[in-house]
Amino acid sequence: MKNLHVKMLALCLTAVGIWLCAYKVTQLGLPLTPAERTEVWSVEARIVFRARAGTVKLSFPIPNQPPGFSLLDEDFVSGNYGLATERQENNRMAMWSVRRANGKQLLYYRASIYQDASAHQPSESAPPLFPEIPEFGEPYGSAVFSMLDEVRSQSADIKSFTRQLLTRLNAKEPDENVAVLRKDMPGEGVWVEDIVRILAGARIPARVIYGLRLVDGTRHGQLEPWLQVHDGQGWASFDPTTGDAGIPKDFLVWRIGSDPLIRLEGGAAPTVEFSIARNMHELVAVAQKRARLEGSRVMDFSLFSLPVQSQNVYRIILMVPLGALLVVVMRNLVGIKTFGTFMPILIALAFRETEWLWGVILFSLIVALGLGLRFYLEQLKLLLVPRLASVLIIVVLLMAGISVVSHRMGLDLGLSVALFPMVILAMTIERMSLVWEESGAGEAFQQGLGSLAVASLGYVVMSNSWLSYLIFVFPELLLVVLAITLLMGRYTGYRLTEFWRFRALLQQEKP
Amino acid sequence: MATDWLRTLTDMPHWPRRLREQNVLGMNMRNADYIFGYNPRRFYPLVDDKLRTKRLAEKAGIAVPELYGVIEIEHDIPKLSKIVEGRKDFVIKPSQGSGGNGILVITGKTNNRYQRANGALMDEDGISHHLSNILNGLYSLGGQADKALIEYRVKFDPLFEPVSYRGVPDIRTIVFKGIPVAAMVRLPTRASDGKANLHQGAVGTGIDLLTGQTTLAVCKDRRITEHPDTGIPIAGLQIPHWNNLLTLAAHCHDLAGLGYLGVDIVLDRDLGPLVLEFNARPGLSIQLANGMGLHERLQRVEELDEIPQDPAERARIAQQLFAHKEAA
Repeated sequence: MKNLHVKMLALCLTAVGIWLCAYKVTQLGLPLTPAERTEVWSVEARIVFRARAGTVKLSFPIPNQPPGFSLLDEDFVSGNYGLATERQENNRMAMWSVRRANGKQLLYYRASIYQDASAHQPSESAPPLFPEIPEFGEPYGSAVFSMLDEVRSQSADIKSFTRQLLTRLNAKEPDENVAVLRKDMPGEGVWVEDIVRILAGARIPARVIYGLRLVDGTRHGQLEPWLQVHDGQGWASFDPTTGDAGIPKDFLVWRIGSDPLIRLEGGAAPTVEFSIARNMHELVAVAQKRARLEGSRVMDFSLFSLPVQSQNVYRIILMVPLGALLVVVMRNLVGIKTFGTFMPILIALAFRETEWLWGVILFSLIVALGLGLRFYLEQLKLLLVPRLASVLIIVVLLMAGISVVSHRMGLDLGLSVALFPMVILAMTIERMSLVWEESGAGEAFQQGLGSLAVASLGYVVMSNSWLSYLIFVFPELLLVVLAITLLMGRYTGYRLTEFWRFRALLQQEKP
Repeated sequence: MATDWLRTLTDMPHWPRRLREQNVLGMNMRNADYIFGYNPRRFYPLVDDKLRTKRLAEKAGIAVPELYGVIEIEHDIPKLSKIVEGRKDFVIKPSQGSGGNGILVITGKTNNRYQRANGALMDEDGISHHLSNILNGLYSLGGQADKALIEYRVKFDPLFEPVSYRGVPDIRTIVFKGIPVAAMVRLPTRASDGKANLHQGAVGTGIDLLTGQTTLAVCKDRRITEHPDTGIPIAGLQIPHWNNLLTLAAHCHDLAGLGYLGVDIVLDRDLGPLVLEFNARPGLSIQLANGMGLHERLQRVEELDEIPQDPAERARIAQQLFAHKEAA
């Protein structure tokens, strides 16, 4: 096959480019459009206690792969305390310790989390053993068992059993058994733990989990208990106050089990308060942090790892290949003549800063004035390099002049003329004057307009914020651009302008 | 008007096929398949530098305009008067110029001022400035330093007098793998400022390779029948020494080493065909001048099993293969 080598190369480049891009989109969650933002919750736990002038050890559970959420970032503000985190059964614990502490102590734990349906579910530990039937004591024992018998007769399995039981226990008008049980059961936490004990009476494994309702602006939040029962396959969650199954979407599971929240040695009166705030974050930043937490190397080598200043430089530089592709298309597919191959791209880059209309006006102004002076220089019969240098100096003077005059007139946009690549302008003037002399003004204007048209198109392409975002986040797409350019390099078909050029042959009959 | 546009629009999808049917060679295909395929880059300096071309041609016994002298450095510019001493007319050329740019034709001298072919007068200063421009690379590809050649001014064959506006008409032949595939006469016009370059407005006239008679003519990509300045019909002129000329063009292939070559030849009144220069990237307008595309002819040459050594033999093969069919 013709050009097999180039085609294979282009295919490989495209495949690598697309594959890398797809990997980033699907695995790291990088969005394909720039404005995508996601909710990120900042959750802060504030622990206050009084130290007893001595060694202090405090352990506090922190979220461990909460279902439905992913952890973006966490930090601990703990002054001179030493910190360690460790896993204990189902929970992750932060262990603070200090040799000497006195008076009021403040510890903070902060986490940024976001909702993530694909978040890893915590690995299930072995199913729990069936609990022993506890000693309830009278009159509770008979109330519990008669209620359990009634519930059992009205349910089919463990889930419906639990739901039935919870409905009964929470009924607005409780029957007498429930009324007995409700007595002496103040405070919700304990109430849920009583439910666990009641379930143990039916030998159903159950546990309490504690979590936070994510409500923006919460200042003194507390953990809420939730009920889980094990049905032999996994833990099923229930709202202990209504009997509704499942965990609400905005419920962040903080810890599992009913151990005391804070274990403190060497201090007294510990309290915890939670505050919650919602922020909007760019998905890119979220994906980046997540990649770091997951240990993916891809983002380590992304442009985001550069200092912000260099990033901004690359935001522009990475657009140049698109401009180059445009020039290739305009030259080899369309057949537009321009002054200098890549001059239009550099002009287009200047347009990015000046805005299009001003760019065109300033460019035309400088070239027109420069051209006039260049024709005058022709009379002086200068040597080539001094003449080019003179044109360059004139261009610089013109730029300065335009800036000053426009500033005087209150048009600050004229100041951006300084962003034009002056050497390119000087060369454009020189080339244009040569073409003018050799092939006439018509040809010179044609090429000048061609350059301006390609520069304008280049501006449209290179200032497109979506393309700019796409190339910056997925620079591997430039491999695809390279592939297209390589293929264009072996394109042997006609250029669009050749249909005009050979129109005399086009109208001819078949030979 | 609107229906015209509509017709053009609906016709557009057929354009590529129609141009292909006419065997038109496009710029992209010329570059990708013929120039890259048959012209090794190392031979470019040889054709881009007219001094080297001339010396090679002289060595191979190919007739070229006589070289009077070369000016290589700024310091030598005053030597011009010594070089042209005793000669009424001469031509100054940049050695690495392209497209006929920078060529100064001097036809005589009056009162210490040189008379140019276009009638304008030029003093010593003007000529010195022009030479200096040449040396500084104003006309050379890429702007590198250049040499100025001072050579014999071709007195062109009176045949072309009625169909030329000043300047020197020349004959461009495309020689592919040593076999001429197409030829045209390039006639200067007022618009081309005496230059024989089609894109500058010169007239191009196709030549029947068998008979050496001019056929169609184009100017600025448009079909014409008469010279735009003189009004004389162009078709049907018989080029003298045609077989010699074709053999000469075929011969040039041997010294340039380029498979796809443009050879520019002038007809001198007294000296006959002289080779002016070679071109490694000859233009495509020759297709318009001949009213037919080159692609098929190039393919037919590629299909030849064997290409003979003798240039005269190769010229004969070309005449057999490409005897001009009347363009419809």
